Amino acid sequence: MSKNITIDGKTIPFEDGQTIMDAAMAADIYIPHLCHQPEFTPHGSCKLCTIKVNGRNCTACTFPAMAGQEVLSETQELIDDRKKITQMLFVEGNHFCPACEKTGNCQLQAVAYHLNMLDDHFTHFYPSREMDASHADVMIDHNRCIFCTLCVRASQQKDGKDVFAISGRGINRHLIINSESGLLKDTDLDATDQAAHICPTGAILIKRTGYQVPIGERIYDHKEIDQVSLETEHHQHGE
Amino acid sequence: MKQFIQDLAETNRYQATNLLRILREVQARFHYIPEEAIEQIAGLLNISRTQIISVVDFYSFFHSTPRGQYELLISDSITDHMLGKQSIIDYLSDKLNVAVGEVREDGVVSLDNTSCTGMCDQGPAGLVNGYALTRLDRPRIDQITDLINQQKPLDQWPAELFLVEDNIRRPTLLLDQPIQPGAALKALFERGGSETLAEITQSGLRGRGGAGYHTAWKWHLCYEGPEEDAFCDIDAQKQQQRYIVCNADEGEPGTFKDRVLLNSYAHQVFEGMTLCAGIIGAQQGFLYLRGEYLHLCDKLQSVLEERRQAGLLGNNILKEGLNFDIEICLGAGAYICGEESALIESLEGKMGIPRNRPPYPVTQGYLGKPTVVNNVETFMAAASIAINGGDWFASVGTEKSKGTKILSICGDCSRPGIYEYPFGTSIQTVLNDCGASDVLGIQIGGPSGTFISNHEFDRKLAFEDLATGGSFIVFNKSRNILDIVNNFTHFFAHESCGFCTPCRVGTALLKKQLDKIIGGHGSAGDVVVLEELCQLVKSYSHCGLGQTAANPILTTLERYPDLYQSRLKEISYEPGFDLDGALETARRMANRNDAGAHLAQIEANEHE
Ligand SMILES: Cc1cc2nc3c(=O)[nH]c(=O)nc-3n(C[C@H](O)[C@H](O)[C@H](O)COP(=O)(O)O)c2cc1C
Ligand code: SF4
Ligand code: FES
Repeated sequence: MSKNITIDGKTIPFEDGQTIMDAAMAADIYIPHLCHQPEFTPHGSCKLCTIKVNGRNCTACTFPAMAGQEVLSETQELIDDRKKITQMLFVEGNHFCPACEKTGNCQLQAVAYHLNMLDDHFTHFYPSREMDASHADVMIDHNRCIFCTLCVRASQQKDGKDVFAISGRGINRHLIINSESGLLKDTDLDATDQAAHICPTGAILIKRTGYQVPIGERIYDHKEIDQVSLETEHHQHGE
Repeated sequence: MKQFIQDLAETNRYQATNLLRILREVQARFHYIPEEAIEQIAGLLNISRTQIISVVDFYSFFHSTPRGQYELLISDSITDHMLGKQSIIDYLSDKLNVAVGEVREDGVVSLDNTSCTGMCDQGPAGLVNGYALTRLDRPRIDQITDLINQQKPLDQWPAELFLVEDNIRRPTLLLDQPIQPGAALKALFERGGSETLAEITQSGLRGRGGAGYHTAWKWHLCYEGPEEDAFCDIDAQKQQQRYIVCNADEGEPGTFKDRVLLNSYAHQVFEGMTLCAGIIGAQQGFLYLRGEYLHLCDKLQSVLEERRQAGLLGNNILKEGLNFDIEICLGAGAYICGEESALIESLEGKMGIPRNRPPYPVTQGYLGKPTVVNNVETFMAAASIAINGGDWFASVGTEKSKGTKILSICGDCSRPGIYEYPFGTSIQTVLNDCGASDVLGIQIGGPSGTFISNHEFDRKLAFEDLATGGSFIVFNKSRNILDIVNNFTHFFAHESCGFCTPCRVGTALLKKQLDKIIGGHGSAGDVVVLEELCQLVKSYSHCGLGQTAANPILTTLERYPDLYQSRLKEISYEPGFDLDGALETARRMANRNDAGAHLAQIEANEHE
């Protein structure tokens, strides 16, 4: 028995247990997202995937699809506000794209392009944050962390480890490392772990690989994030 | 320390859910949470050290570096400020020779600010090692300074320093007729569970914590549990584990009625919880008591013990086969833990981060089991209704708001304290009763509520007009609205849990933007930017904290737009940042503060 919802007027089917994000992806509809990856338990924190369900704001990645929902996603209001939420993420940390190894492969940057973000709009925080280059193969630049918890979830749910956590309150939230010294080198993290590769920004990087693919030939240099997302995340969904 | 922690873990049955309890003890004993303690607790409770670190970092009352043997915190509520908090803390800092936010060199004392401690009717207030201090003035501070410098143990301090008064000024329906312990439970067993629930439905009782959800619906939904269980047989339904939580986090600045209810009507509150347990079939209840109310804890424990002795709690209650007990869990300084799902996380020994909904606590709450979370006053009212019937309650109030509301009134009035009014009462009536004159406006429902001006005093207390969890702060015409808004806006930024982007970044930006305007550095367009930011935080935040954090600005901007505009500089362009402020570090380094070390942001407005 198939049930339906509509997204921006288009009728799409869903199965019980699917979120609106799941249903949208299955129907090749992109809803911007940063803290969500279909393989992991949804988190619902970045708020980029906010949609209107029967007039009420909800996060697509956590909200269950239910028959008859009328969902609005690509309205001007939502597009503008998603852009502002992205700008918030930019001013909160220190994101200097031209000087970042991840440029061109960064989802934060790609989403910003997709939303036509041309400036930072808000006042910068310029927080003072550290780097952790102690591990032989993996480094962390806390300046770029957006607290999506994807590394936390990947480590727990895929790698069977527990390397990362988010600590602190409010604007003082920060990523912490599960070792007595607090350093990455004293954890059981391996460069092949999913957690070392999942970061949507350039906060967790594999050492000595940064420029293997030249700038100009990177993922988002040629394709927009909506297309990439549907191509790469689509097949994972529903597994 | 090893043995201390070992014993502590054992007393707490090595349960990770008891993490806050354990950390409170460690903090009390060592005045911080040492790294070795974290490692040892992680091992004993079999949880990761990161869970413990995150909890220590999250709650204001836990510290990873040592605080003083006497840890002094001064309440930063607007009402404490109105009672002279700033001069009190300056005097303290001076007398004790310790800067605010610091520990004195000898490690004996530390001094800091803390969010509203719920003593607004008897401030300026504070806490010493978690215990409430009231009515702070210079003589009291002199006394406290001596006690600290002599290193007198707290139990030898004069009791009057810790005296907390009830200040019940207007008792009516509920406060006037406290129930006899056991009477509501007898009524339950005589009438039957579903019939008693029907009385509560009939009463129209809605939650007193602020949101106003119908209590009977909530209890009914919890009884039904998750959808997948709804079809199983009645016996399975009965075996389902359910929990009852009484929300005594009372963190909304200006609210203190739950403090009074727990001090003087605890039997009735516990009876309301037991009543709920009897109706929906729960075996375990929790009272989540804010850390600031530590002074109530022993007394509440003895009330629970009395009830056990009297057969009103424990196994086979009133010999009717009901098994139910209540445990008290103390918070550790986090306003967000009043939000019901954050509260449940906290009960589970974690950071107080609100969960995604659905599922709601009524189907998946504490440890994933159906859980009722209600406010203190809600349980208290339910107990009265069980005895007096639904109609008794419903005959008072308005169509959509039945019964009475207990208010905590404070601020500029001669008789601050606890007042109970039928819903539908006008604000003017309340003002007349509490001795308020020359009123500028009122903050109803605390910072997350509404600011109303003196043109609106014919408005009514009711869910359909002015809803409130109980906070009612009066401001007279000597007060500056922007100071009030500033205090509230800083409060939200401080209390944001940081989970979601719009609130984490947004409340910090609101604070910056408001500081800029109030500091006289705003220019044309800055108020528009402020308002736009407010809408963003309000519409996109994950929970009620973020959704209401912009209310102080929005409700005053709506009423006093000129007030904001008048702070703006008359220039046509908008400086991106505060030029003079940016030189602050340079000035400190050069040890200069003369006129030449300052820069004007713009050419001064000669025509002003
Ligand atoms: C930030 C925040 C703080 C809250 N604080 C409290 C509180 O201190 N006490 C309370 O009863 N409810 C508080 N609530 C409301 C609770 O989430 C919940 O709705 C209430 O406890 C339900 O009880 P009731 O139906 O009896 O009102 C708060 C909500 C939010 C969003
Ligand atoms: S709205 Fe604020 S308090 Fe609520 S989840 Fe988001 S960050 Fe936390
Ligand atoms: S993707 Fe849904 S909230 Fe982040």
